[in-house]
Amino acid sequence: MANSEKTSNAGFLKNLVRNQCFIPIAALLLLAVFNLIADPAFFKITLGYNSTGNPVLSGFIIDIINNGSELAILAIGMTLVTAASGGQDISVGAAIAIAGSVILRVLCGGNARPETLQAPIIVAFLVACVVAMLFGAFNGILVAYFKIQPMIATLILYTAGRSIAAWINNNELPVISDPKFAYFGGFIPGIPIPTPCFIAVACMIVIAIVLKVTNLRLYTQAVGINQSSSKLNGLNPEMIKVMAFVILGLCVAVAGLIKVSRVSSINYSVIAKDIEMDAILAVALGGNALSGGKFNMAASIIGAFVIQCLTTTLYKFGVSSTALPAYKAVVVILLVIVSAPTVREYFDTIMKKMKISKEVA
Amino acid sequence: MKKKLAVLLTGAMVMATLAGCGGGSEEAAAPAAEAPAAEEAPAAEEAPAAEEAPAAEEAPAAEEAPAAEAEAPAADGELITVGIINNDPSESGYRTANDADLKAAFTEENGYSASFAYGNPAVGNANEDQVKAAQQFIQDGVDYLLLSAADTAGWDTVLQDAQDQGVQVILFDRTIDADDSLYAASIVSDMDKEGQTAVDWLANQNLETYNIIHLQGQMGSAAQQGRTKALDDKVAAEDNWNMVEQQTASWNAENAQQIVQSVISSGKEFNVIYAENDDMAKGAVAALDAANISHGVGKDVIVMGFDCNKWALEELLAGNWNYDGQCNPFQSSYIDDVIKTLESGGTPAEKVIIMDEKGFDASTITQEDVDNYGI
Amino acid sequence: MRNIHKIFPGVHALQGVDFTLRKGEIHALMGENGAGKSTLIKVLTGVYGKEEGDIFLDGTDGPVAIHSPQDAQNMGISTVYQEITLCPNLTVAENMFIARTKGAVQNWKKMNTDTDRILESLQIPARASQQLGTCSLAVQQMIAIARAVDMECKVLILDEPTSSLDEQEVEKLFKLMRDLRAKGVGIIFVTHFLEQVYEVCDRITVMRDGKLVGEYEIEKLPRVQLVSKMLGKEVDDLSDIKSETKAFQAEKGAAPVLEAEGLVSNAGIKPFDFHINKGEVNGFTGLLGSGRSECVRAIFGADRVTGGKVKMNGKDVKIAKPLDAMKNGIAYLPEDRKVDGIVGDLSVRDNIILAQQVLKGFFKPFSKAEANKVADEYIKLLNIKTASKDTPIKSLSGGNQQKVILARWLFTHPEYLILDEPTRGIDVGTKVDIQKLVLQLASEGMSVTFISSELDEMLRTCSRLIVMRDRKAVGELTGEDLNQGTVMNTIAGGDK
Repeated sequence: MANSEKTSNAGFLKNLVRNQCFIPIAALLLLAVFNLIADPAFFKITLGYNSTGNPVLSGFIIDIINNGSELAILAIGMTLVTAASGGQDISVGAAIAIAGSVILRVLCGGNARPETLQAPIIVAFLVACVVAMLFGAFNGILVAYFKIQPMIATLILYTAGRSIAAWINNNELPVISDPKFAYFGGFIPGIPIPTPCFIAVACMIVIAIVLKVTNLRLYTQAVGINQSSSKLNGLNPEMIKVMAFVILGLCVAVAGLIKVSRVSSINYSVIAKDIEMDAILAVALGGNALSGGKFNMAASIIGAFVIQCLTTTLYKFGVSSTALPAYKAVVVILLVIVSAPTVREYFDTIMKKMKISKEVA
Repeated sequence: MKKKLAVLLTGAMVMATLAGCGGGSEEAAAPAAEAPAAEEAPAAEEAPAAEEAPAAEEAPAAEEAPAAEAEAPAADGELITVGIINNDPSESGYRTANDADLKAAFTEENGYSASFAYGNPAVGNANEDQVKAAQQFIQDGVDYLLLSAADTAGWDTVLQDAQDQGVQVILFDRTIDADDSLYAASIVSDMDKEGQTAVDWLANQNLETYNIIHLQGQMGSAAQQGRTKALDDKVAAEDNWNMVEQQTASWNAENAQQIVQSVISSGKEFNVIYAENDDMAKGAVAALDAANISHGVGKDVIVMGFDCNKWALEELLAGNWNYDGQCNPFQSSYIDDVIKTLESGGTPAEKVIIMDEKGFDASTITQEDVDNYGI
Repeated sequence: MRNIHKIFPGVHALQGVDFTLRKGEIHALMGENGAGKSTLIKVLTGVYGKEEGDIFLDGTDGPVAIHSPQDAQNMGISTVYQEITLCPNLTVAENMFIARTKGAVQNWKKMNTDTDRILESLQIPARASQQLGTCSLAVQQMIAIARAVDMECKVLILDEPTSSLDEQEVEKLFKLMRDLRAKGVGIIFVTHFLEQVYEVCDRITVMRDGKLVGEYEIEKLPRVQLVSKMLGKEVDDLSDIKSETKAFQAEKGAAPVLEAEGLVSNAGIKPFDFHINKGEVNGFTGLLGSGRSECVRAIFGADRVTGGKVKMNGKDVKIAKPLDAMKNGIAYLPEDRKVDGIVGDLSVRDNIILAQQVLKGFFKPFSKAEANKVADEYIKLLNIKTASKDTPIKSLSGGNQQKVILARWLFTHPEYLILDEPTRGIDVGTKVDIQKLVLQLASEGMSVTFISSELDEMLRTCSRLIVMRDRKAVGELTGEDLNQGTVMNTIAGGDK
């Protein structure tokens, strides 16, 4: 896309293009420009009041940031799993169903329509975290110790997860009537910004700090790039892979809380459906190699919002949501082509030629 | 390795089920422990784990008893043995209610010995597993085979076998592509009628203009087609009926929320939300609430849903929604009637029995309705 | 093959090599790693193109052109590789005929009977309908050969076919080779096992450093001669080299830093005893595959240790994994730099700090400033040529990559440093640098184990040599015995 405009300062552009955040940001800008031309109202943000009289912001941009929160959170975990194991976890959707179901189970205490919450929300959330991390560890152990390909290993939970989620609540569909529970997926009274945005930002800050004060980045990258070498450097590649899956489990629990809070209920078969594909796509959009190794967390997160932006844009133009995967597929194909080594080489040679011709001139 | 995992998983499932039971449910029609362990394992290799209905109340451990053993009570000759093949209860609230209804009806107290088997698309090939279960039931010599098939095709041979063995087949909930001589009766919902009832109700609201957001279910499903058709026809026929947005949210509350959010953000006017199930209606309402758009009886936007979940009917009762169309999961009484007729030597008056299905209006719904019809 | 040249970027891999294979002979192609054996074979089989030179085949008038493996196959040149390249989940017959049918139609019945006939004629104990995976490795190798033979090959290339076979299996394979020789097939046999060469071959061609050393009749080349030709040192001129650089001698009576007793790992070495003193440089020598790397890997805990005791400075220690060894002050620069050494996509800086960082712990990362300082320090100290410390290590030259790995381990300040082939595939200047560094480190009190395929390099640096043959320590040489003749004799197995 952007390669057509390389005319003058090729060196600067080259650096820009080389930056991993370039592709997702370019995609985001492209979508923004498209929307600006099609309908400038896309960028309108209005401050209104919701039915309970609290101030809320609304508009497409808010929709994107709000609805993209879960995806951004999942992208964090998926990036680590991808980097460490060189594969992807396709069970996150099912795991969200489990985490959500656990939260509701604890809050309802077995009664599908409780008048009051049977446990504090924080307890329910912590239990969900533990459960989701256990399932993450299960996936991680299959991948790291039994050397099963990540996609195959997580296929087990992918198929079984939603049934497990249903069983946790005895096949009931609990509904929480306490308005406080809806805060996590909606608005906290008096704050006009959707809560999921805050949760997502909090997750980003946490991961940024973790990457800063621990060796998570160095270790996962080393294991993902060269497992044998990392082992000889005293690392325990298996442990690190399991750790990546456990962190993803934590992300799943957070995303699950937002998801069930949005509707104060759960539908086991459709909650977070196909979200694993979006999360993987976010990682890929961020220019991270799906075969593992080096990663750029910020690029993955931007990638998540690109996907949400695409989804919202397509909704806005009334594209049938059954057709959404097809559009995403087009994006994937474009990305894969743009980032393919042969294509990169081709553009590199073109750039070199241009440089030479300029020097001659 | 795989086998081991399957065993482990199965074990885990049983544990989960036990834990679930321990919690104890206060619902009258407690779905109890209907987790058939075999479903989790690659079902193809295992005999369909069936269970006796009474066992559910006694010891969940009996679940794993192979079908053959479950047949034991049939030997006393007094009970009518039925093999019930259904879809996985976790599929939807509708299916949960349907399964619970059947389990409550076909008990020893009511003169039945029932075995259950399920097809679960999330685990294996649902239809294939159902066919295998049916063959097992026929082999075990049940009196009646009750079937809600996952797919419409692929049943001819099995039903022929059943007929040869003198097993009567009663279809419920879903029809199949097979000669109708192969089954005794078929008890179904008429989705077209459900849609028509809802649209007629909407027309009776006498709005000046109808600006509708139409949230469709999973495209291609019978419920979606029936419920969409009536509305599409009406919108095409009337000048003052406009489709503001017609979009599938795949039965998903969250997708519905996003779609409605998107419509609100783009500033389009609308006054009706026609959601093809309760979940999607709920998602839509969440979007309305966030934008402070009033909805319900006498408010700006009319909210319509389907399936009559108990919580949805309560929303009606509170006046937050306007209409909910029933999709009747309570087929056991109809099946019971058919079996009684057949047992007494008669034949059902009609081969295809269409169940009564109501549409509830928020202005007339009562607590009794909620208790009786909520699922 | 006449005057073959092959040039890779930066390396002149084949420099005018001639090679002649006669009808009905088994011809060994010998040389240490990097001598150019596999390059030569790849040129012959069309995997690589050649810059210069001609290939003549079976009395053809002019040179033949081989542009692809398919061409080679059509001309009757077949290769059986070290790793079995057949499909284990197909039947024997399917493997025999895979990718050989013209058109889409396959006569399955004929295929099976044909296969059985071929197997019988070559006396291979397998059936056509059997799944390949159910045959033993040797039989699989033989089937691969049978497949080649059935394609009416005139030249059969066996690239290390025996490395994963046991003795009986090797015997079976040799019988098949002799049968084929009798049928007039020319066989090129690539192997590292000296015994096998002398058992089955008629002629030997020795290569070294991309050049032809010579072609010899087997009877006229005793083992010691062969070893010396492979290593590039004449037995006669041994005495001169000895005095070139004086090997550093450990002070007498120094306490052993590390002692190992009956150490054995799952990598297939025989139990061995080992000790190294403070400030000593010793070495493991032996041909490739003799088990010298496996020994040091066992010391470092890189392979799973299955038995034996290790003492550090007189105290019993348990080394089950590399981290244990590292905590006890052992550092290990692995033999295969690409596979076990570098973390390719990471920067030079990250590669340098990696091991010490792991020792320091998960929650104590080096700050960016610290890491940069360390990186700068070692880049300067070891004279590492890199565009910057942020450059990914994979874009450095081999020698500089090796220096980075060396820097990584020096940064952990080890008591005992194991260097496995630190000089392989790197330029002469760097080699000398590394040798000097080893001696300097030893003089500062570090114990070093040095492994190299280049004997003179080891003689120059080590004060004690442990000789390995067939995965067993067969001798330990010190003092006067540290000369090429003795070492080569010990390597070759004594019998001249």
